[in-house]
Amino acid sequence: MSRILTLRDALREAMVEEMRLDPTVFLMGEEVAAYNGAYKVSKGMLDEFGPERVIDTPIAELGFAGIGVGAAMNGLKPIVEFMTWNFAVLAFDQIVNNAAKTMSQSAGQFGCQIVFRGPSGAAGQLAQQHSQTFEAWMGTVPGLKVISCTDPADAKGLLKSAIRDPNPVCMMESEVFYGEKGEVPEGEYLVPIGKAIVRKEGSDVTLVSFNKQVKTCMLAAAELEKEGISAEVIDLRTIRPLDIETVIQSVKKTNRIVVVDESWPMFGVSAEVAYEIQKYAFDYLDAPVTRINAADSSLGYSHIYVDEYMPNPSRIIKGVKEVMYIKR
Amino acid sequence: MQTTADKKKIKAKYSEETYATWYETMLRIRRFEEKTLLMYSQQKIRGFCHVYIGQEAIAAGLKTALRPEDCMVTAYRVHGLALMKGLTSRECMAELYGKDTGCVRGKGGSMHFFSKEHKFFGGNGIVGAQIPIGAGIAFAEKYNKTDNICVTLFGDGAARQGALHETFNMAMNWKLPVLFICENNQYAMGTSVARTSNVTDMVKIGLSYDMPSEQVDGMRPEVVHEAVSRAAEHIRSGKGPYYLEIKTYRYRGHSVSDPGLYRTKEELEYYKTLDPIGMLEHSFKETGLLPDERVLEIQESIKDEIEDAVQFAEESPWPSPEELYIDNYVERDYPFMKD
Repeated sequence: MSRILTLRDALREAMVEEMRLDPTVFLMGEEVAAYNGAYKVSKGMLDEFGPERVIDTPIAELGFAGIGVGAAMNGLKPIVEFMTWNFAVLAFDQIVNNAAKTMSQSAGQFGCQIVFRGPSGAAGQLAQQHSQTFEAWMGTVPGLKVISCTDPADAKGLLKSAIRDPNPVCMMESEVFYGEKGEVPEGEYLVPIGKAIVRKEGSDVTLVSFNKQVKTCMLAAAELEKEGISAEVIDLRTIRPLDIETVIQSVKKTNRIVVVDESWPMFGVSAEVAYEIQKYAFDYLDAPVTRINAADSSLGYSHIYVDEYMPNPSRIIKGVKEVMYIKR
Repeated sequence: MQTTADKKKIKAKYSEETYATWYETMLRIRRFEEKTLLMYSQQKIRGFCHVYIGQEAIAAGLKTALRPEDCMVTAYRVHGLALMKGLTSRECMAELYGKDTGCVRGKGGSMHFFSKEHKFFGGNGIVGAQIPIGAGIAFAEKYNKTDNICVTLFGDGAARQGALHETFNMAMNWKLPVLFICENNQYAMGTSVARTSNVTDMVKIGLSYDMPSEQVDGMRPEVVHEAVSRAAEHIRSGKGPYYLEIKTYRYRGHSVSDPGLYRTKEELEYYKTLDPIGMLEHSFKETGLLPDERVLEIQESIKDEIEDAVQFAEESPWPSPEELYIDNYVERDYPFMKD
């Protein structure tokens, strides 16, 4: 049995279920309690769990992320919500220098079971400082795990896995997709961290993406279908560890790949996927790996700039035709 | 003429055992650090290395004022506090050597000593980063309804970090059981307190958050002991954080590579007259609070302990190269990128 839930409701279910199971799990962040969440992800949680476990913080990302890390080192399991990952930049010292390194520095004596979560990526006309993606920034750091997923059912299962994971996990969501609906199973289930999923099977070309750009790929794939081109769509779901095996298997079948990544082009997830594919599927490729990224620019406010900046179905279709050597 | 025993009767505010503990704690740290510098000069120890010489009375006062269940986190000048908290000279020296028998198996080196057993949370190399972590450790103690406190130490340099101000604010707002201690040794690396702020009276930083704050002489263990005891009692009673600015002085450079050219010889000589170990030894002679034979006994046993620690470190095995990957993640089969 399943129901239709929004992403925000699915994420809340994950937190609520885990907090009911484990009294050491708690939620902290700006506006998570009395305001019911800046994006209403934590709606009702203060009422159920009280102010000791659903905690409003001042606007002090570095400070409350550090308090979360200390609490985790001392045995609690914090969920730290950032209103957006753009603000988490202020807390990178605690995420990168402490959460990720505590276990190595202490030779395994002190773990850091903590989840840092919030939306990543552009969300309309929010301009330069509120539109960035952070999967690659966090994904490069040994010690962290990074999830980026907007499918409600999978996001719920992944967040539950993240809360139970004994390592620090960064969960990237999407402001514009909190209201996105999907079928979510009833009852208890987990989705494993580190496993990609084939969202749509196809035979001519592989589209690889994550977070909300998976939907852009699905739209492109539907258009391509009309032209007789069968695209396989893979949702990476986890950025670190990266399930490249699922991508390799797909490329072995389709022989062509376009990576769609809302990050800036340089040194990002698309660059890593392209490296892995040329290394492990070189003999199966009928065309060079192509990627569709956000523009190599800060994002301006005007909708003209947004359109120019973001991946979209027509850019993806163009990329597909490039790897298929179709000239039109 | 008064006998030694008579003097003791008059002067002794604390037991002979307490004086012995202070002396032993300070002497262990002093001798360990002197040996560390020697071994560094012989390139047995590498990397950044910050010694605690001059600041030992703070560790000694903490030793007798705290309970073993209390937590502690500090910065990269960590050797002295780690030894005070119960880590052995052997495991600490082996760590400096980078050996497998080190307290963190050669993974942390001089800046990152940890011990879960002794609730010692490091050894943090990012100036001021341990301040919110200390509040978080205290948060967990409160969450679990214990009456343990977390002592969070930092230097005068770290007091200018934003992390301190964010943390002081939240710790007070949430009444966290945390004792903040600024070990004010008067220099942030080579920059004196007066050159970085108009507020040179660092105790005032706590007052901006309505935090009970005291300035303390850090060259005398009994003064530190009394201040920490007062603070700990306040915190354990559920009233929230307490802040001590403990004034101290480091006789050596910021790190082994620092010749200390930013301060005068006269200043250094003046502070050496306040040497906490020298002053305590002098008072033992004057008052007989600790008999000569006990003093000698402690000196001998510390000397042996440090020699033994060096021998242990020398003879210990190196970690295996594969150990590099261990402890990045809890699971042993994490798929690292190895090509």
